[in-house]
Amino acid sequence: MIDFDGIAMIWLRDLIRFFRERSQLLGSISRPVLWLLVLGTGLRPTFRAAGGLSYTQFIFPGIIAMTLIFTSIQSAISIIWDREFGFLKEVLVAPVSRVSVAVGKALSGATLSMIQGAITLLFAPLVGVKLSLAAIAALVPVMFVLSFALTGIGILIAARMTSFEGFGTISNFLVMPMYFLSGAIFPPTGLPAWLTALIRINPLTYGVDALRTALLHKHYFPLSFDLGFLVGFAALITGIAVVMFTRPE
Amino acid sequence: MVLRGNGAIVAAGLTRFFDGFRAVRGVSFGVQEGEIFGFLGPNGAGKTTTIRMLCTLLRPSAGEAYVNGFNVVTQPMQVRRSIGIIFQDPSLDDRLTAEENLNLHGMIYHLPRKTRRERIAEVLHMVDLADRRRDLVRNFSGGMKRRLEIARGLMHLPKVLFLDEPTLGLDPQTRSHIWDYLLRLRQERGLTIFLTTHYMEEAEHCDRIAIIDHGQIIALDTPDRLKQQVGGDIITVRTQDDEALEREIGERYQVTVRRDAAGLHFEVEDGAAFIPRLVQSFPGRVQAVNLRRPTLDDVFLKVTGREIREEIASSKDMLRAAARRRGRIR
Repeated sequence: MIDFDGIAMIWLRDLIRFFRERSQLLGSISRPVLWLLVLGTGLRPTFRAAGGLSYTQFIFPGIIAMTLIFTSIQSAISIIWDREFGFLKEVLVAPVSRVSVAVGKALSGATLSMIQGAITLLFAPLVGVKLSLAAIAALVPVMFVLSFALTGIGILIAARMTSFEGFGTISNFLVMPMYFLSGAIFPPTGLPAWLTALIRINPLTYGVDALRTALLHKHYFPLSFDLGFLVGFAALITGIAVVMFTRPE
Repeated sequence: MVLRGNGAIVAAGLTRFFDGFRAVRGVSFGVQEGEIFGFLGPNGAGKTTTIRMLCTLLRPSAGEAYVNGFNVVTQPMQVRRSIGIIFQDPSLDDRLTAEENLNLHGMIYHLPRKTRRERIAEVLHMVDLADRRRDLVRNFSGGMKRRLEIARGLMHLPKVLFLDEPTLGLDPQTRSHIWDYLLRLRQERGLTIFLTTHYMEEAEHCDRIAIIDHGQIIALDTPDRLKQQVGGDIITVRTQDDEALEREIGERYQVTVRRDAAGLHFEVEDGAAFIPRLVQSFPGRVQAVNLRRPTLDDVFLKVTGREIREEIASSKDMLRAAARRRGRIR
C-alpha cells in the first residue's frame, strides 16, 4: 500500500517547485510583519494579556499557527491545479498506490509549512520572545503534527474538487473561523459557553496552545493533551483524506 | 468467460456509463503484440473513455479487459507497470525542467537512480531534446512538449504504448516527425501501439483500425480492406443541373448518388474506363469530373452516414452535444 518511491516523488517535486517560486516565501515574511507590527502594536494598549506578557508576545504563537495553516491548505490546492493541468493523471496512472500519493502530499505540505513557520520564528527576538534550544526542540514536533493535520484538511477538500473557486469558498469558510476560534488572538478562557464549546472542538486550539507552551511556557491545556488531540486528529483526517482520494471513479 | 489472453490487449463487452449516459457500449477487440491499432472516430465517440478504462484510470461499468495479460480491474498495478501513456492534454509539470520531469517519472516507475540517469539521456536523445534538458518545460513549443511526453512514456520500457490523439493541434511537420519515432520504435522494440485519432492520415499508419461511433465499434479491419468495402472509385461530377443529373445518373448506372455543394458523388468499379462513357451519355451537361481512390473518410461516411469532419467541433460544442444526448436519453 505504502510506496516509498511514490511518496518521495511527490515530496521532491513540491520542494523543487517551492524553492523555484520564491514569491511564496514572501507570504511567510509579510504576514508576521503585518500582524505583529500593525495589529499587535495597534491593539497592545487595549489588551492586557495574562501572565505579564505583552499582546504581541501573546499572539506570536498564533502568527506561527497562521503561517502553518495558510501554507498547509495552500499546498493542498496544488492537487486541484494538477488535476486541471494534467499532471495528476501522470501520477494516478503510475504504478504507485494513491495512498502513497496522499501521504506524499501531506508530508510535502507539512515540510513546506515548517520551512515557512521557521522563517516566521525568526521574528521572535523582535517581540521579545526568547528562542531557547529546548523551545526549538519542542516546537519541531508540534509544528510537524499540526501542519500534517492541516494539510490533511486541505487534501480532504481538494480530493474531489475540480474548481479553484469551490476550494476558495470552503477553505475560507473553514480557515477564518478556525483561526478566530483557536485562542490565537484572545485567551480561550472566561468566555460564554457556546464560544468555549466551539473553541474546545477546534483542533487548531490545541496547536496554538502547544506552540504557546513551547514558546512562552504559557498554556491553557496540558501539553500532553494538546499533542494527544493533534496526533489523533491528524491520523483521523489523513485517514479520511486518503479514503476520499483513493475511491475509484 | 475466460479471456486473459493472447495478445497485448483484449477487451470484451467493455462498457461505461456516466450518469445514465452510455459513453462506451460493449466494445470488444484484440490487439496483437507489435501491432499498431487505431481507434478512429469523432469527438465524443468514446475513444478517450475506452483508453481510460484500459489504463486503469476508470472502472468499467460492465465487461472486462486485459492488458499484457493483466486484468485492468483486479491487477491495476501490473497493468500500469507494463504500459506507457501519452494523454490527449499535456500532463507535464511545466514549472520543472525536461530532465526533472523525466526523473520524477522514473521515480514513480521504480527505476533505480543509475538507470534513471541512463534512460533520461537515451530518451531525450531519441526525441532530439538532449540540448534542452535543463530548460523549463513552460518555454517549450507544443511539438516539443509532445515529444517530451513521448520520451517520458517510453522511459520505463513499456510493452504497450497508449496515445490519445497524439498529434492533436500539431503542425504537419511535427506530426510526421512524431510518426517517424513511433514507427521506428515499433520496428526496434516490437512495441505495441494503441492510439485514438480523428485524423484520417494518422489512421493510415495503423495496421488495423476500429471505427467507433456513439460508443460502439462499427467497423474493424486493415485500412486497405476497409477502403475496399467502399467499392471501387469515387467519382465527383460538376454539372449544369445537379438535381436532374442526380436522378438520371442514379437510374442509368444503378448507383447511389449523393449531392452536396461540391457536386454529385458516387462509387463505380474501374472509374478510369467509366468517365468517357459518362461524358458521352450526357453530352454538354457534365462540366468537370474528378476521380479518386477511396479514403478512410469515405469509409467513415459509408458506415456512419456522416462525414467525420463535420463532427470536429470546439470542446464547448462537444459539451453541448453531450448534454443534449443525455437529455434525450433520460
